[in-house]
Amino acid sequence: MSWFKRIKKGITTPTKEKKETPDGLWFKSPSGNIIESSELKKNHYVVPSDGFHKRIGSAEYFEILFDDNEFEELNANMTSADPLNFSDTKKYKDRLEATRKKTNLKDAVRTAHGKVNGEDLVVAAMDFAFIGGSMGSVVGEKLARAIDYSLNNKIPIMIISKSGGARMMEAAFSLMQLAKTSAKLSLLGKAKVPYISYITDPTTGGVTASFAMLGDINMAEPGALIGFAGPRVIRETIKADLPEGFQTSEFLLEKGFVDFIVDRRNLKEKMTQVLRMFKN
Amino acid sequence: MPAYLDFEKPIAELEEQLDQAKQIEEKGKVDASQTIAELKKKITKTKKEIYNNLTAWQKVQVSRHPERPYTLDYIETMTNGDFLELHGDRNVRDDKAIVGGFGNVSGRTLMIIGQQKGINTKMRQYRNFGMANPEGYRKALRLMHLANKFNKPIVTLIDTPGAYPGIEAEERGQGEAIARNLKEMFEIEVPIITVIVGEGASGGALGIGIGDRVFMLENTWYSVISPESCSSILWRSWDHKEEAAEALKLTATDMLGNKLIDFIIKEPPGGAHSNKPEIIRRVKKEILASIEELEQLSSEERIQQRIDKYCAMGVYNE
Repeated sequence: MSWFKRIKKGITTPTKEKKETPDGLWFKSPSGNIIESSELKKNHYVVPSDGFHKRIGSAEYFEILFDDNEFEELNANMTSADPLNFSDTKKYKDRLEATRKKTNLKDAVRTAHGKVNGEDLVVAAMDFAFIGGSMGSVVGEKLARAIDYSLNNKIPIMIISKSGGARMMEAAFSLMQLAKTSAKLSLLGKAKVPYISYITDPTTGGVTASFAMLGDINMAEPGALIGFAGPRVIRETIKADLPEGFQTSEFLLEKGFVDFIVDRRNLKEKMTQVLRMFKN
Repeated sequence: MPAYLDFEKPIAELEEQLDQAKQIEEKGKVDASQTIAELKKKITKTKKEIYNNLTAWQKVQVSRHPERPYTLDYIETMTNGDFLELHGDRNVRDDKAIVGGFGNVSGRTLMIIGQQKGINTKMRQYRNFGMANPEGYRKALRLMHLANKFNKPIVTLIDTPGAYPGIEAEERGQGEAIARNLKEMFEIEVPIITVIVGEGASGGALGIGIGDRVFMLENTWYSVISPESCSSILWRSWDHKEEAAEALKLTATDMLGNKLIDFIIKEPPGGAHSNKPEIIRRVKKEILASIEELEQLSSEERIQQRIDKYCAMGVYNE
């Protein structure tokens, strides 16, 4: 069995001759299924073999929902100020600047008006890539204005939540955005303009405790983490492990907090049906 | 034995001297009245000095002082015992961390609702440390609708380290319960007065805190997160709570400066716990004055002003 014996020790290929798979060509889901990136995109970023929903941002959601990817973005240039001159291990100003450069986004939500299979819809989609999708003054104000727009033009609104909660670096200003968005939704409700909440992975904290839970219809993406307190905080508080499937979309459906779960691949068709139900 | 915070040590020492002087006078029949008077003067002066220069973190400590008046103390004194406590959310159970009911305040029926902390170890557990479950927020909302129906002004007293983060709380929709309160408090037609009497931690506080007038007592805090949790998340250690307390701008002065609350109620020198009847008297006075003022408006005007006030909060560039 000498052909099993290793003659030369260690790795002998020089680094410069090493062959690497270029980044981004393949995507591997948590259960190990692999898909080509271009295929994944065609599939709305869902891994076909196991249904895993890869986290995506506002650009992808707009493309999935709006006809021919045509839309008018609202308040596109609003950016965060630093009202508290906040600094932890890093200055908030620098963090914002670096995040803007890295993500090419202005803040953690984008709002737009477009058509979904011919029907008008205002869509607000959150970007988790921007400081964990956290809600500070900009997110609150852009949502407030999108709701105003929806109210003034009598166009239904859909908010796609994806956020760790309120943004700590704006402290109480962030907290009050929960109140602001809820106040606007109260006005929208009185005007009987439909609001559809689509809750995606992950949605926790102040976003769950405000607009995410306030839809006339609450829909969730499969397998998303949705909760008020984060799992780590709960584990530390109760000093015990959490049950399997706790705080998932399916758990919330079972407990009665979402109306149904929508696979992203059916999102556009489902929204068309929802809009039709309100309209006719 | 009264409890003293670490920075109150000079006060504690003087109080001890005062006790001794009093004992000497009683036992030895020596006239110590002059010493006693001087000590009393000195105590007041020291209290003022210390309490006029509290850091943000020290104020957080005062807000959690074990002898600080809690919601039921305010209710008991303001109503002179004429309080009808109402229990339960009519769905799951009665949450002991939030109390509420009709109270007679100077001849007027008010709906008073607030988080309640326990006064000793056993009661702290019973009250779940003032951390409400969803049924607590739902009870609060039920009582607000009741008040609205019978045109009784609402007073909410806030003192919570946060909404409870537990398995059952999540199962019963902690997020949904708070969200619904936020939205529906903007639809309540009667005046709503909110007073932060202790800790105002995040969504757990705001969940009963949408007010036409929002007051903070001088030595309380109100923010999106506690300084300890902020430190553990942003600095990845509990050691930066003092820095976090400064950075969060969570004191009454900061909150007023940022126009996130409407008024500050001054505490007696030495903090609310050093003179409970006085702080409760001040709170009662402000509540009644605010109600009178708010009743000059129609319910539509009140709701519009309430909405406009919160919608103006936030700082951004465009």
